[in-house]
Amino acid sequence: MPETLLKVESLNKVYESATGRVEAIGDIGFTMNRGELVCIVGPSGCGKTTLLKCIAGLLRPTAGEVTLDGKKVTSPPDNMALVFQEYGRSLYPWLTVRGNVELPLKHKKLSKSERTQLVDDALLAVGLDHADKSYPWQLSGGMQQRVAIARAVAYQPEVLIMDEPFAAVDAQTRADLEDLVRTLHSERGMSILFVTHDIDESVYLGERVVVLSKSPTWVQEDLAIDLAPERDQITTRALPRFTELRTHVYEQIQRAKRGEAVRSNA
Amino acid sequence: MTTATPTTASTGHRRRRNLGTLRRAVLGTIGVVGFLAAWQLLSTLRIINPEQLPSATDTFAQLGALLRDLEFWRNIGRTMTAWAIGLAIATLVGTVLGTVVGMLPFVRRLTHTMVEFLRPIPSVAFIPLVILMLGLQMPAALVIIVYASFWQVFVQVLYGVADIDTVARDTARSFGLTRASQLRNLVLPTALPYLMTGVRLAAAVALILAVTAEMTIGNPGLGRQLTLASGIGNYTTVYAIVIVTGLLGLIINIGFRAIERRTLSWHQSVRGDVAS
Amino acid sequence: MTLYTSTVRTPVAKSRLWAKIGENTLYAVGLPIVLLLIWGVVASVAPAKFFPAPQKIAVAFSSTWLGEAFINDVLPSLARLSIAIIIAVIVGIAAGTLIGLTRWLRELLEPLLEFFRAIPPPVLIPVFVVFLGVTDSMKIVVIAFGAIWPVLLNTIEGVRSTDAVMSETARSFSLTRSQRLFDLLLPAASPRIMAGVRQTLSVALIMMVISELFYSSAGLGYQIKYFQQTYLIAEMWSGIVLLGLIGVLLAVIFGFVERRVLRWYHGIKEVERA
Repeated sequence: MPETLLKVESLNKVYESATGRVEAIGDIGFTMNRGELVCIVGPSGCGKTTLLKCIAGLLRPTAGEVTLDGKKVTSPPDNMALVFQEYGRSLYPWLTVRGNVELPLKHKKLSKSERTQLVDDALLAVGLDHADKSYPWQLSGGMQQRVAIARAVAYQPEVLIMDEPFAAVDAQTRADLEDLVRTLHSERGMSILFVTHDIDESVYLGERVVVLSKSPTWVQEDLAIDLAPERDQITTRALPRFTELRTHVYEQIQRAKRGEAVRSNA
Repeated sequence: MTTATPTTASTGHRRRRNLGTLRRAVLGTIGVVGFLAAWQLLSTLRIINPEQLPSATDTFAQLGALLRDLEFWRNIGRTMTAWAIGLAIATLVGTVLGTVVGMLPFVRRLTHTMVEFLRPIPSVAFIPLVILMLGLQMPAALVIIVYASFWQVFVQVLYGVADIDTVARDTARSFGLTRASQLRNLVLPTALPYLMTGVRLAAAVALILAVTAEMTIGNPGLGRQLTLASGIGNYTTVYAIVIVTGLLGLIINIGFRAIERRTLSWHQSVRGDVAS
Repeated sequence: MTLYTSTVRTPVAKSRLWAKIGENTLYAVGLPIVLLLIWGVVASVAPAKFFPAPQKIAVAFSSTWLGEAFINDVLPSLARLSIAIIIAVIVGIAAGTLIGLTRWLRELLEPLLEFFRAIPPPVLIPVFVVFLGVTDSMKIVVIAFGAIWPVLLNTIEGVRSTDAVMSETARSFSLTRSQRLFDLLLPAASPRIMAGVRQTLSVALIMMVISELFYSSAGLGYQIKYFQQTYLIAEMWSGIVLLGLIGVLLAVIFGFVERRVLRWYHGIKEVERA
């Protein structure tokens, strides 16, 4: 039986706002196994970021619970790392690239050489080993996001959570970064939870795609992506199966936007 | 129709926001009351010699007496007059010079060293000089006040004029706007928030120097009344005047901050320093 | 993988370089020298009572301050100033951080802080004299108390307004409290804090002069007043010049420190402007 790493059960989050009560997440439940790459897509405003923050322990859900490796998540767990969309504001400008990647490691009980090893390794993995003495703001957007990814990788999490990380990056760089994510997944066996609004990206990257409905959000579909594990920007995206899958997801999203999908209450 | 309408808890949110303001008001009041109580206790329980620290009640009683004294109000008037005149001159000269220097790069480079040397000189260093030149009356104080306040306005206007969006300026020039028209339609609106900040800072500085001048030069005003009272050991008056100057400073700060916010309400500007 | 490239620079010809240096120097000292010359000429032709010629001031400067007065007056003044500044900056940042991070404390103290910072600092000198007498410690306390407000209030503001994404990043990586303070909050607030320190320095200088104009019997401010009272005009001016030099020195030291501490901040600004 494949090991369940992450379990989200009946997650519900309600905000009190100036314009009234907003139910950001209605009832979300899904699981993720060890070593899986799961993508989450949904129409705009369906609470994807809220969902991620609840999973990451940054927000307390109103109802339901998140379990990571058997333990309930109430605050940011030690075996989870987050990559934010706004890399410009998530990296600390007063630290060098190396400084940024090393910072979260400092509170883990590691020796200096172990830390340096992890940092070097992570920077190499994202292709930034030559830029370790630069400052983040000296680098392009794509490279800054690589730094953020390196920081997460060096942390050696069991689960890597990425919140629309490539939304603010140009298309060519995005393709490179997508392949980087797949490489990290295949070479290091990292379990990755990837949130995106880009349908093609979700199908290209994911082993599974979780489609969310519109607000109050629930899991509209949990789709298995039966493409080969070795993927390539040109050939994979040209496959007929790819087109079928993405069209399917696209239709689901359209239905979600129109509010047509009906919940099957199990 | 069957769907539940979200509870219009706009009232709920407003309640929470009002709660926040209430909390701040309550805590703030507790702070002030606590301070006054501590002050009173320190004196009445003789933890500190009441000769040195008159009790809060005594001080406020004396303050009340002063407020009934016409001469005290005249002193306030004198101080505020010097403040107002000094601020006005500083603002005028600072704006004009700041604009001229800011808009002409040649002049800016030429005057750069002088500015960087004159600016850090504390205006109070000139007090002995102005005493020699202008005696012990308000004009002497005015020189000191203007010298210090001028720099606040000048520097801000300089920043403001330099901050003009190059694209906007090129647009103006390509449309053949005259220098005067550019000044009115481009430079002034851009520099206005900076000017407001400069005037706010200058207003605070002007008060400090107005009172300081009265204390050192001896021209009539609150500062002089303070030194006289301190000289004869009338400490309740001393503390009362301290409170009054603090209140004056507070009113000036709040007033000018409000004015600044009004003029900034339509303008987005990012500036480094906040406090003072 | 391209790093952010700046525009290509071609090396400048040696002659052009010297011309540039000459031009910069001319701009830097041109106007002051011209003004000094004019002042010197006017002073020798039509001497004004209170504006002695620059040469006389220069002579008075070296005879007055570059002698024993340096040890008796200047050094102690500078020492008091420096100690007071250090106290004001350290206490201001420490207290400002604590107050900025503790919401109930900040709300409790806010009206009091607003009031105390509005009091013109010289007004408190008579008060402090009552408690501490006319001593060195009184002067240091007076300077520190007057100068602490800009850095204190700026620290409070700076620490409060940390970027939300940066805070969340710190939380998501479970940074320790100490890490959050020294690796996030303080660096993020440092531009604001440094702006406060700059104002603190100028206030401190003002307070130093005033505290010595009064009840003092030694020190820079006292000496200048003494010269004024005894009509030693050139000496008085030399004192003013010395104060100006001290002010400039403080500004230069500050500029140096600020450029180092905020190197990353200036770097970002440069990149944004490019």
